[in-house]
Amino acid sequence: MLTDLKRDAEKRGLITAPGFIDLHAHLREPGFEESETIATGAHAALAGGFTTICAMPNTEPAIDSPGLVAELIARGEAAEGARVLAIATITRGRNGKELADLVELAAAGAVAFSDDGSPVADAQLFRNALEYVRSAGRPIFEHSQDVTLSAGGVMHEGVVSARLGLPGMPAAAEESAIARDLSLARLTGGRLHLSHVSTAGSIELVRRAKADGLAITCEVTPHHLALTDEWVAGSRAFAWEDDGPRAAPYDTSTKVNPPLRTAADVRACWAALMDGTIDAIATDHAPHASTRKDVEYQEAAFGISVFETAVPLLLAGVAAGWGTWDRVVEALTVGPARVLGIDLPADDLVVIDPKATWTPTALALRSLGKNTPLIGRPLVGQVVEAVVNGQVRLDLGSPALAQ
Amino acid sequence: MSWQRRHVLATDDWSRDEIEQVLATTAAMVEVLGRPIRRTPALRGRTVILFFAEASTRTRVSFELAAKALSADVTNITASGSSVEKGETLLDTVRTLTALGGDVIVMRHSASGAPYFVAERTDAAVINAGDGWHAHPTQGLLDAYTLRGALGDLTGKRVVIVGDITHSRVARSDIDALVPLGATITLSGPPTLVPSAWRCGMTPRGVTYELDLDRALDDADAVIALRLQKERQHSGLLPSMREYARTWGLSEERVKRMRPDAPVLHPGPMNEGVEIAASVAHGARSLIETQVTNGVAVRMALLYLLAAGAGAPDGVGAPPELRGS
Repeated sequence: MLTDLKRDAEKRGLITAPGFIDLHAHLREPGFEESETIATGAHAALAGGFTTICAMPNTEPAIDSPGLVAELIARGEAAEGARVLAIATITRGRNGKELADLVELAAAGAVAFSDDGSPVADAQLFRNALEYVRSAGRPIFEHSQDVTLSAGGVMHEGVVSARLGLPGMPAAAEESAIARDLSLARLTGGRLHLSHVSTAGSIELVRRAKADGLAITCEVTPHHLALTDEWVAGSRAFAWEDDGPRAAPYDTSTKVNPPLRTAADVRACWAALMDGTIDAIATDHAPHASTRKDVEYQEAAFGISVFETAVPLLLAGVAAGWGTWDRVVEALTVGPARVLGIDLPADDLVVIDPKATWTPTALALRSLGKNTPLIGRPLVGQVVEAVVNGQVRLDLGSPALAQ
Repeated sequence: MSWQRRHVLATDDWSRDEIEQVLATTAAMVEVLGRPIRRTPALRGRTVILFFAEASTRTRVSFELAAKALSADVTNITASGSSVEKGETLLDTVRTLTALGGDVIVMRHSASGAPYFVAERTDAAVINAGDGWHAHPTQGLLDAYTLRGALGDLTGKRVVIVGDITHSRVARSDIDALVPLGATITLSGPPTLVPSAWRCGMTPRGVTYELDLDRALDDADAVIALRLQKERQHSGLLPSMREYARTWGLSEERVKRMRPDAPVLHPGPMNEGVEIAASVAHGARSLIETQVTNGVAVRMALLYLLAAGAGAPDGVGAPPELRGS
């Protein structure tokens, strides 16, 4: 059936690919159901071409016990959207103080461990996590950030933050933490995956570590492959564009951690994606209810709702010549599968209309999180079908399916 | 040229013509303020809401006097004792202020960008009276007016701004107002209190950074000293107020490095003996009191231009009408 579907789609000028795997998504359930639920997130993911998503455990309560892992997986199955995999916490309650039961969590189905949103600040504890995680046979996903350097910051520290009078987070807050984490990976041989790398300096550190033979992996987000810190000041030009539409400055939908960086950083991320330094593209889909975003910039929550706009952003970067589509697809499929140590699900498929023009609106987005600075900006490229386990779960009425 | 802008949020995207128009209107307002009865009916029937979510006396009183001199009705909403202090969101406050039907909202807020948030959600004209570290456009314009009065044409004139640049909305608005008028700016201050990008050569157009205040002041045409918040010392940005005063304070010796009679400005309130010596603050070069007087006139000019832009109330025309008090 997949073969027929692929043939028909390609005949109509549509692109097909294996179902995308997202290593990094926030589904907000339990605890923050006004921002997203497992069900709304799993369907929004499908609309973005993701047939497998890894749910981050920074919920309330945090996913730090086998029972919570099992419940998350059960709710994911019931949603019948994208396949939902569970990431459990590294530390109990994400408190950064004592290790969670990593072996039991893995046995319950956790595919990785992360305290995402909070780095593990205590270097000794993080060393222990990297040592102990060998017994669970799963990777640690680390949000690498020196919180003493980033404290109070709400955007990338640079020319734009200076102009806007907003407290900045220097690139060094990410890079110094990555340097520490790489040292500890070297020391322990633990399986480390770096979440959302975003600066040219971070990439250089990863590139060197990989050249030294360190078994580490890392990911980049679609927004760090397209948007810049100028977006906080109202620019709506992609990193490869000299000019573009404008919006009001201080739009809180541009507030994200790690922050949107400079065009040079975006360039470096693409180069690293192309040469294999970056293994995967992960969304860091971070939906928020309007009450968390319709406030002063400094008060707003960090995060962008990403699932449904990932493909058009990546297609635009490819169209600008900053990367190739084949490599993008790899980083959305075999790349993340390798990070997780799983096989690519054989019966998943996405169909993309690369020419469809559409404009994200609060109404059009299936995610409960409408917090994206792409609202109102026309985009090119849309996911029209998604198949999970041989079952068509998203169909925007493309004739390719009329069989 | 007719006035086009609905709000005064920052002057970073203003043309020279727009700044000149404000300065010309300010001159007319200075004339009004010089009369025995300092009042004109230009804004009769209009309501100006002063929404100060951050403590301020000087700027709030300056706006209040400006609005009253134009015969506007003035309402004060301050942070202390109001619902803002009880955890009301800015969104709620904007809805309330809009429903109250003010024509102009003058606002001060501790969050950079807050006036943009309000301007997008209200029918009223918004004047930024200071937002976080970002902008204080009426201060920038009053400093431009004051320096014009002292130096004439600012083309080629070099103005030093010294102090805590990072946290200063005054510094940013001074740059935005003075550079379009032809001045160049030399910033000076401790490296911990100047944005890193601006210390690394990525300064805005017309602006440079000079670590050494003495060198910055050599042959300068004017200096603006910024207020140093005492909490900077405790947050690890400065070793001591004493060291700051010796290294970046405006002493009598230092100001002599500038051109003869080069003026000294300060947005107030001053820490005498820290960023500025008392003898300089009250000396012959000081224009600090002139700044205060001009502040009222600049604010009158902006209130007038915004009201005129929104369709003048009955009986109000171009600036000559101001004579009819």
